Amino acid sequence: MKINQKDVEHVARLARLNLEPQELEVMTVQMDAILGYVDKLNELDTEGIEPTAHAVPMANAFREDEIRPSIGIELALGNAPMVAGESCFQVPKVIE
Amino acid sequence: MSFQNLTIQQIRKKLIAGELTSVALTRACLERIQATNHQLNTFITVCEKEALAAAEAADEQLAAGNAALLTGLPIALKDIFNTLNVRTTCGSKLLDNYISPYDATAVQRLREQGAVIVGKLNMDEFAMGSSNENSAAGAVRNPWNSDHVPGGSSGGSAAAVAAGQVVATLGTDTGGSIRQPASHCGVVGLKPTYGRVSRYGVIAYASSLDQVGPLARNVEDCATMLGVVAGYDPADSTSVDCPVPDYLENLAAGVSGKKIGLPKEYFIDGLDAAVKQAITAAIETYRQLGAEIVDVSLPHTDYSVASYYLIATAEASSNLARYDGVRFGVRKDEGAGLISMYQQTRAAGFGDEVKRRIMLGTYALSSGYYDAYYLKAQKVRTLIRQDFLEAFEKVDLLLTPVAPTPAFKLGEMINDPLQMYLSDIFTIPANLAGTCAISLPCGFSQEGLPIGLQLIGQPFAEADLLQAAYAFEQATDWGGRSPELS
Repeated sequence: MKINQKDVEHVARLARLNLEPQELEVMTVQMDAILGYVDKLNELDTEGIEPTAHAVPMANAFREDEIRPSIGIELALGNAPMVAGESCFQVPKVIE
Repeated sequence: MSFQNLTIQQIRKKLIAGELTSVALTRACLERIQATNHQLNTFITVCEKEALAAAEAADEQLAAGNAALLTGLPIALKDIFNTLNVRTTCGSKLLDNYISPYDATAVQRLREQGAVIVGKLNMDEFAMGSSNENSAAGAVRNPWNSDHVPGGSSGGSAAAVAAGQVVATLGTDTGGSIRQPASHCGVVGLKPTYGRVSRYGVIAYASSLDQVGPLARNVEDCATMLGVVAGYDPADSTSVDCPVPDYLENLAAGVSGKKIGLPKEYFIDGLDAAVKQAITAAIETYRQLGAEIVDVSLPHTDYSVASYYLIATAEASSNLARYDGVRFGVRKDEGAGLISMYQQTRAAGFGDEVKRRIMLGTYALSSGYYDAYYLKAQKVRTLIRQDFLEAFEKVDLLLTPVAPTPAFKLGEMINDPLQMYLSDIFTIPANLAGTCAISLPCGFSQEGLPIGLQLIGQPFAEADLLQAAYAFEQATDWGGRSPELS
């Protein structure tokens, strides 16, 4: 086994996903199979090989730090599940 | 009225000559969608009112002699593109009520050239899937046989073109999501080089692999569409600032003297007999057209699926962290605090495949596993990319199948995710290498399902790719066929 149900529960917490007991069970089996498969990468010796994060070689993309038009508060809040006042996203209470 | 045997350029001539109006064309598309959508489930949102208003405006522009490149042409978008004031769900329950406050750059460029946006197309949730079965809006059916999948994740984009619902569509391709559905639906689909088209406003799945591209009935239409959406965009720091050629200019240049490589790793035992036969015939066609066929090797091909499903899921786990029920989307909150709200929102909003990929990616990036999985996959990505660079020192293009089999049946692979992932084996390497590739029809199976041919080009050599595809299309009659729909 590459991964057990306890590991999967831990990863689910990291990913902020509530998984039902049955989902956890299926997820463990499926992740185990996939992780078993990707193990084949270890057949390759990658000593001294640079990792590729981007396929197109590119330096940093800088731009001038200028004020530009943006979509504005009303539109930015337009899709929010809950809004407080005229300019805030509202979330459940964080501090008891 | 039928536009299905006409190219965009031919329709455009008729619009300019006044033989056809955009309103008539747009109405014909809307009627076609109305008549066939219950069967195919291609559209998530149809923008009837907005489309007719845009068509009227286009007709005024045409009458005034101001035709842009796509004025009056009905086009639809994968539901991954932010589209101003239009519902944009990305195939997810979590974004069921999301109304986009802006246009993606690609959408803006279509509008600037006068395109009529008809609606938003079905897709695998957050572009994760190879069958279009992972959609909150339900599965899309293959127009050639409704028991079969259209491919994914741009399944709606491919099926809508095949069914003649619109002239052309935009999709996105992270591991084959334009090319594989194009192949399964018998249309042409182009994945440009990474950085060729802006990703700004395209809902992110795996940012180092995602690329926007067209799906259309023929190669010329893909060339027209690419010319409109390609080019540098200051809003996407990964878009590349290199000139966009006129892709139509030398489209008929042919392949005489071109070297086409056949990577031996793509001609494996598991290849379906009908696919093998169609590809063998395509190779012969290219030989007759004057191309030189050369055997090449991409030795790390067999590692591409493993590398991809670590890199893509890792990037996805990070990109999809934004769906937390705070700024947009459907919140689920049972009053147990902020963290619990995140967990419930994500558990209720995401489908199984998205959860699986977030979990895999989170694991691959988690403490203690980062080097063994994510970093290892990125190093293997380097080897895969080097394979391509070395092959392109010997040949101009590579020719391969798009998928090992024609479209499979609905439900056939849904419970075996690994098997589904392995079906992407021929399309994933071009994404990892960041280069361009096209899928075009090259035959049919005995059951009447389309088979696609893939050409892979050098980075930013889309013009060469389109020329080679055009030569094949002109020499054969596999393209442009229409399925019979009841």
